Amino acid sequence: MSFYSILFTSETDYPKAETREEPAFFTDLNLDQIVGAVTAGREEYDLKPFFFMPLHDTAAIIYRQEIMRDLENADLCGRIKAFGQRMRAMREHIAQADKLRYEHQKERWFLDAVAIYCDAVDSLAGDLAGAAVESPGFLALNEYMLDYTRSTGYTSLRTATKKLQAELAAVRYSLLVKDNTIRVRRYEPGVDYSAVVEERFANFKQGAAKNYLVRYCEYPDMNHIEAAILELVAKLHPELFSSLEQYCAANVDYLDRTIARFDREVQFYTAYLEQVARLRRAGLKFCYPQICTADKEIYDNEGFDMALAHKLSTEHSPIVGNDFYLQGRERIFVVTGPNQGGKTTFARTFGQLHYLASLGLPVPGREARLFLFDRLFTHFEREEDIANLHGKLQDELVRIRGILGQATADSIIIINEIFTSTTLGDAVLLGKRIMEKIIALDSLGVCVTFIDELATLGEKTVSVASTVVPGNPAERTYKIVRRPADGLAHAISVAEKYRLTYGCLKERMRT
Amino acid sequence: MKAFLMHSDRDFDPQEKLPAKAEALVQDLELGTLFSAMAQDDKFLYEVAKTAVLCGMDDPGAIRYRQDILQDCLRNPGVVRDMYRIAVEAVEGEKKHYFGLLNKYPSWVLSRSLDVLRMFAGMLRKLRDTADEHGGDFASEGFRTLFAMLDRELTDEYFAHIQEHLRDLKFPEGVLISAALGQGNKGAEYVLRAPPDAERHDNMRWLKRLFAPKKDAYTIVIHERDEAGARALSDLKNRGINLVANALAQANDHILSFFTMLRTELAFYVGCLNLHRLLAPLGEPVCFPAPLAPGERRHSFAGLYDVCLALTMAERVVGNDFAGDGKDLVIITGANQGGKSTFLRSIGLAQLMMQSGMFAPAESFRAAVCDGLFTHYKREEDAAMNSGKLDEELGRMSGIVDHLRANSLVLFNESFAATNEREGAEIARQIVCALLEQGVKVFFVTHLYEFAHGMYTQKMANAIFLLAERQPDGDRTFKLFPGEPLQTSFGDDLYNKIFREDAHGNT
Repeated sequence: MSFYSILFTSETDYPKAETREEPAFFTDLNLDQIVGAVTAGREEYDLKPFFFMPLHDTAAIIYRQEIMRDLENADLCGRIKAFGQRMRAMREHIAQADKLRYEHQKERWFLDAVAIYCDAVDSLAGDLAGAAVESPGFLALNEYMLDYTRSTGYTSLRTATKKLQAELAAVRYSLLVKDNTIRVRRYEPGVDYSAVVEERFANFKQGAAKNYLVRYCEYPDMNHIEAAILELVAKLHPELFSSLEQYCAANVDYLDRTIARFDREVQFYTAYLEQVARLRRAGLKFCYPQICTADKEIYDNEGFDMALAHKLSTEHSPIVGNDFYLQGRERIFVVTGPNQGGKTTFARTFGQLHYLASLGLPVPGREARLFLFDRLFTHFEREEDIANLHGKLQDELVRIRGILGQATADSIIIINEIFTSTTLGDAVLLGKRIMEKIIALDSLGVCVTFIDELATLGEKTVSVASTVVPGNPAERTYKIVRRPADGLAHAISVAEKYRLTYGCLKERMRT
Repeated sequence: MKAFLMHSDRDFDPQEKLPAKAEALVQDLELGTLFSAMAQDDKFLYEVAKTAVLCGMDDPGAIRYRQDILQDCLRNPGVVRDMYRIAVEAVEGEKKHYFGLLNKYPSWVLSRSLDVLRMFAGMLRKLRDTADEHGGDFASEGFRTLFAMLDRELTDEYFAHIQEHLRDLKFPEGVLISAALGQGNKGAEYVLRAPPDAERHDNMRWLKRLFAPKKDAYTIVIHERDEAGARALSDLKNRGINLVANALAQANDHILSFFTMLRTELAFYVGCLNLHRLLAPLGEPVCFPAPLAPGERRHSFAGLYDVCLALTMAERVVGNDFAGDGKDLVIITGANQGGKSTFLRSIGLAQLMMQSGMFAPAESFRAAVCDGLFTHYKREEDAAMNSGKLDEELGRMSGIVDHLRANSLVLFNESFAATNEREGAEIARQIVCALLEQGVKVFFVTHLYEFAHGMYTQKMANAIFLLAERQPDGDRTFKLFPGEPLQTSFGDDLYNKIFREDAHGNT
């Protein structure tokens, strides 16, 4: 198997064009936050398009999962990161060479860039050969690297690079600065005067001393005097500088395209793994989900909202995980219960887990089995135009019709608070109709609602509710559990939130 | 080069962290009076005296090392004060050469360093001349080592070399720099070069030989109107002398730290000389105490007086004799204003002075060194708030206990009296017994009769009880002598005295 890409199984499967636009549901599910956190600091790799392209083929997902498992080996991951740093340094050197004016300088920056490239390639080849990788992706890359590093094109590049570097490093020259002249000539030995001074006063030496060295900012460019000196140094070493010039002309296309592509694409994995590691340190679990296509018996234990977890872990706040499962003909979670109880979080978690799984990534949770969807739709309440209630209801219905028109049995539909802008009677009626349509489609989904009636629409709906601490209805557990909807906890805790319960009112009115 | 006048093997650290509860010691023993006497309005002397006295030593050998040096100082006060003045002049002189904002140019760093070095060379020579002239008058190991070192290190040849550097570093022949190709082929690793050893003494010929016209040498001449070029040239020169300027500035710092250390260490002895000069006219005796290893339960003295009281009163004060060998607990009771507190303070002061290497305010003094001195005094300022006072006292006690070790010494002055006598006595008893069992030595001034008498009836071999003396007519001698604790503290004596005076006044 020849190696083409670490993200896609073969050149044929490689996307013809990269998606630049994030999927419509990204903001609703806070996937934009997750991807933002994951790709932060890696802007130069332009990784976002890879996060915008879900896979629709189990084999493609497994290709990535296996690569990811290899990268969970901290040693390998560290080496891959080191490779990335070398490639980055190489690019910086090339960029620097392009910015400079004097040829002898540009040539040296180019030479050093190639040297860093050779170092990156050799280390990567050696690291892969020595690593116990198992994924087809890495195995193929390993083979590719062996072939490449043995090719004459590459070996002669490396030899020429090292030779020139060594010769340039050995160059020494002397400068005598007096009045307005500088005399440049080959180096002749003399003692280091500062060492003489140091030795003279060594008898007074007491431990570490303050540093009086004036720090010179080493700008890469030279002034015209430095350039003139370099020109004279080149005249003192004519063969060396002419072979440097020839080398640069001959090796313009030194960079291998496949290796360059790998350098970019592997960042998709390492970036995500870094985020995973951060959250694991906060005690959270990640797992490689089983992907199901034939049935919809999905589950996830100790799943969590990765965007929320990122925020809470930076605040060192505890994060509550949730278990859920669907079995048999169950398709839709209907989530009711007290506000601020984690209902929306549950809905987002459900969506995030499926989407991340479709990217071939490990997902939040101890173990998981997730469905390979064709499309994912979200309908979250929008804030716009509160003045025009009819407008809003109409707008909602239009959007939902759009979703239902495109959704299939393999789609996932996530609805968060529907029809809040109409009367309860209307909301119940409309809500039921929409739910029935989704049930008829046989899609998977989550529906967060205050309408208890939606929780009992038949075998395909599963009623789950956010919960409160027994005995203290104002305190939430952020746990979502299977149980029939009861309006009570909701009403009491909302009343409590506004301090309108009997106890609260008594207390408030006493003063 | 090290002065080593405070310790035989290390520098004195004037910033040394003071021992735990040093604040309380200063307050309770009125150490400020002692430090001020030593400092004579010199802040620097004050700080050194404070650190040296509070951070005492617990090795009798180390204490004797300082005692010997102090004896030399008492014999040669003029020479010691001269050396101190030289050190102060060198340290203060260095400060006059400002760095300002110019230390971003190596040429300025170098130029300043040359000025400072010239001044230091003069001071070092003065110091060596003093050593040459008076070294023979000193007998202590510390001074003899210092003088021998000055003689060995600061030879005429050494001073000649310094003069050579002062001349060469002005670069009359130009600056010779070696360089390599750094990143992007920019010049790097600029190193100032001097002739190899063999040619060192013919600097000029070496340079001429190196830079005689040759075909593989090229010259750049900067046009007089090329200002950027002139800047680049001076930049290059500055890079060339960067390392040597740094080396010279660091050498100066090292010389400065030698002078600073010499000044700091001599400051302690100058402080002792100042104190001695104040006590002598009062006719107060001083002696060099005999320090004994910690754990040796010995504590005896003759004519021990409260040096702070003598300084404050500016007259000779009553001294006490004491034979406390083998004793771990000393309980002092007796007449109000009978000298109990003064006695307790003199115990603490003498201990600190001994352990810092000073003379002791006594005719003779011999004691084991202690591992930490602590005071637990009744705090007058809290008198109004009785309820919180016992809390405060016990909290403070607990803070002391955190730092107690075997062979620590604790001075209690009317502690635990903030509650009723029975409770106070019980607290005191429990605390003292526990401390004694841990090998802590205790002096306890108290009015708690139940406590004092209770301890007395135990007939402990390692306890001694002292009474503030009271003449039959009620007059006080401020002398203490051993005896069974008495129930009254003669407060009515005081009352009677004051009210009788009143009665006299009214008639």
